[in-house]
Amino acid sequence: MDKLPIKMKAVDLNAWFSGKQALSKINMDVYSNKVTAVIGPSGCGKSTFVRNLNRLHETIPGATVEGAVFLDEENIFKPRYDLVDLRRRVGMVFQKPTPFPTMSIYENAAAGIKLAGRVPRPVVDQAVETALKQAALWNEVKDCLDKPGIGLSGGQQQRLCIARTLAVRPEVILLDEPCSALDPISTGKIEELIHELKKEYAIVIVTHNMQQAARVADFTGFFLLGELVEFDVTGKIFTAPRDKRTEDYVTGRFG
Amino acid sequence: MGQGDIWFKGFIFAFAASIPLLLVSLVVVLFFWAWPAIIHFGWSFIFSSAWDPLADNYGALPFIYGTLVSSLIALLIAVPLGLGCAIFISEIYKSKTGEYIALMVELLAAIPSVVYGLWGIFVLAPFSAAYIQPVLGGMFGFLPLFQGPTSGPSLLTGGIILAIMILPTITALSREVLQAVPYSLRESAMALGATRWETFKVAVFGPARSGIIGAIILGLGRALGETMAVTMVIGNRPRVSASLFAPAYSLAAVIANEFAEAVTELNLAVLIELALILLVITIAVNGLARYLVWQTTLKK
Ligand SMILES: Nc1ncnc2c1ncn2[C@@H]1O[C@H](COP(=O)(O)OP(=O)(O)O)[C@@H](O)[C@H]1O
Ligand SMILES: [Mg+2]
Repeated sequence: MDKLPIKMKAVDLNAWFSGKQALSKINMDVYSNKVTAVIGPSGCGKSTFVRNLNRLHETIPGATVEGAVFLDEENIFKPRYDLVDLRRRVGMVFQKPTPFPTMSIYENAAAGIKLAGRVPRPVVDQAVETALKQAALWNEVKDCLDKPGIGLSGGQQQRLCIARTLAVRPEVILLDEPCSALDPISTGKIEELIHELKKEYAIVIVTHNMQQAARVADFTGFFLLGELVEFDVTGKIFTAPRDKRTEDYVTGRFG
Repeated sequence: MGQGDIWFKGFIFAFAASIPLLLVSLVVVLFFWAWPAIIHFGWSFIFSSAWDPLADNYGALPFIYGTLVSSLIALLIAVPLGLGCAIFISEIYKSKTGEYIALMVELLAAIPSVVYGLWGIFVLAPFSAAYIQPVLGGMFGFLPLFQGPTSGPSLLTGGIILAIMILPTITALSREVLQAVPYSLRESAMALGATRWETFKVAVFGPARSGIIGAIILGLGRALGETMAVTMVIGNRPRVSASLFAPAYSLAAVIANEFAEAVTELNLAVLIELALILLVITIAVNGLARYLVWQTTLKK
């Protein structure tokens, strides 16, 4: 754990919503080519934590932050840090699938690329195909790329959102409860996908489903009331937690 | 299905069916009363500029022109202003002050047209003749639209008063449409690295587009049919002039002004035919708009 390459590092990270503290002194690492799970009961600050890794938290009126988050050893909170560049390097997929409703499947997958400026059509085509393949959606949609993205099933929509994120070629992918609105089969597909994706990306997945964390994550952090109670190799969190509160949570004694 | 449900369904159905019926009966009645004018002038009525009650010779062109052009001027002013205001309040300046500005703009809708008309006569028309028209003439004087003597009551002044009157409609509705776009879409765009403007373009304008077109159409509908304020500032002269600074007339205004004084049967029929034309124009505009909305929502 000490020798693994660190992709992102939160140092004494505090966050507030209109003065109400949601994160206190979080210190946590995200490793390259590993899946890091963030678990904990609802309202404990999991979303707030990942939303600080791409600085989406502070876009909410009244939301504030203190502390540091390093991406490749550069503090993303330093003045004049390029937010557009940060969000392209640290992609995010949300709990509810959010395809752009007026766009086709193709346009949705290409939305991020097109933001980067004028890109020749063949390049976009290629990037869209690659991203949809990576998101394990290509075979299902390759014949109907110009159909509306919202016409797909929930699981397909979520994979489309993953493809949209991958198409920008990020380095880190944040997944905030990506399966909580999906059926078990779609969930299985996305978990398989996460296994594939970690070969290329650093992945952070928020989940309130402990079995899911155990299945997909290399590392797991347990959050409670805005604090990071324990962070360790997933196996240790679930079989030999050091903290009593972690043990209570993973054995289902509360939350 | 329960007894109550059947009654309720029947009631709703009857109610829904009665609306097209009402429209059809409206057209039929107008046709019936306009019939003498329709057979007397034929299609040439639409293209004629004659207006001579003594000789019983009439044409609709100046009124059609006045209605369409004043409404177009109103749109040209009110759409950028109203949409800009809505975007500013819902996307850029999200605060109590923004809400307050919106409230003020939307309050404009509560002012009766006759009050707008009075304000138009005493404030807007003189201002238009003394400042707006000379400035436009100075900048765009090479176009016939902005040539000729200035005049307080004019097509331009009519267009401006309409713009002010439809501004709250366009602002309020587009603001609602913009605010109805889920915040999660904006966040998705931001998470892809979109700037504020790009977020608006990608995540907000797309979903809101058909609603915004709807807002503009409602504004246009109000402008086409507005009577009182327009007749008080448009000049009420039935002539098609190249210049926007010249007095003009509109369909709604001439009907309201002359209906009580129509002497001959033909004169009355002519006014009713003008009403029929106004109805056809508004239905056509609405149809076109609906088609546009349908196109933008379905094609994508
Ligand atoms: N937009 C918001 N405004 C105010 N408070 C919020 C907002 N979002 C979350 N919170 C509060 O911050 C705390 C952490 O929320 P969150 O990070 O969403 O938790 P989790 O994702 O673990 O369920 C909760 O107490 C929640 O009520
Ligand atoms: Mg959450």
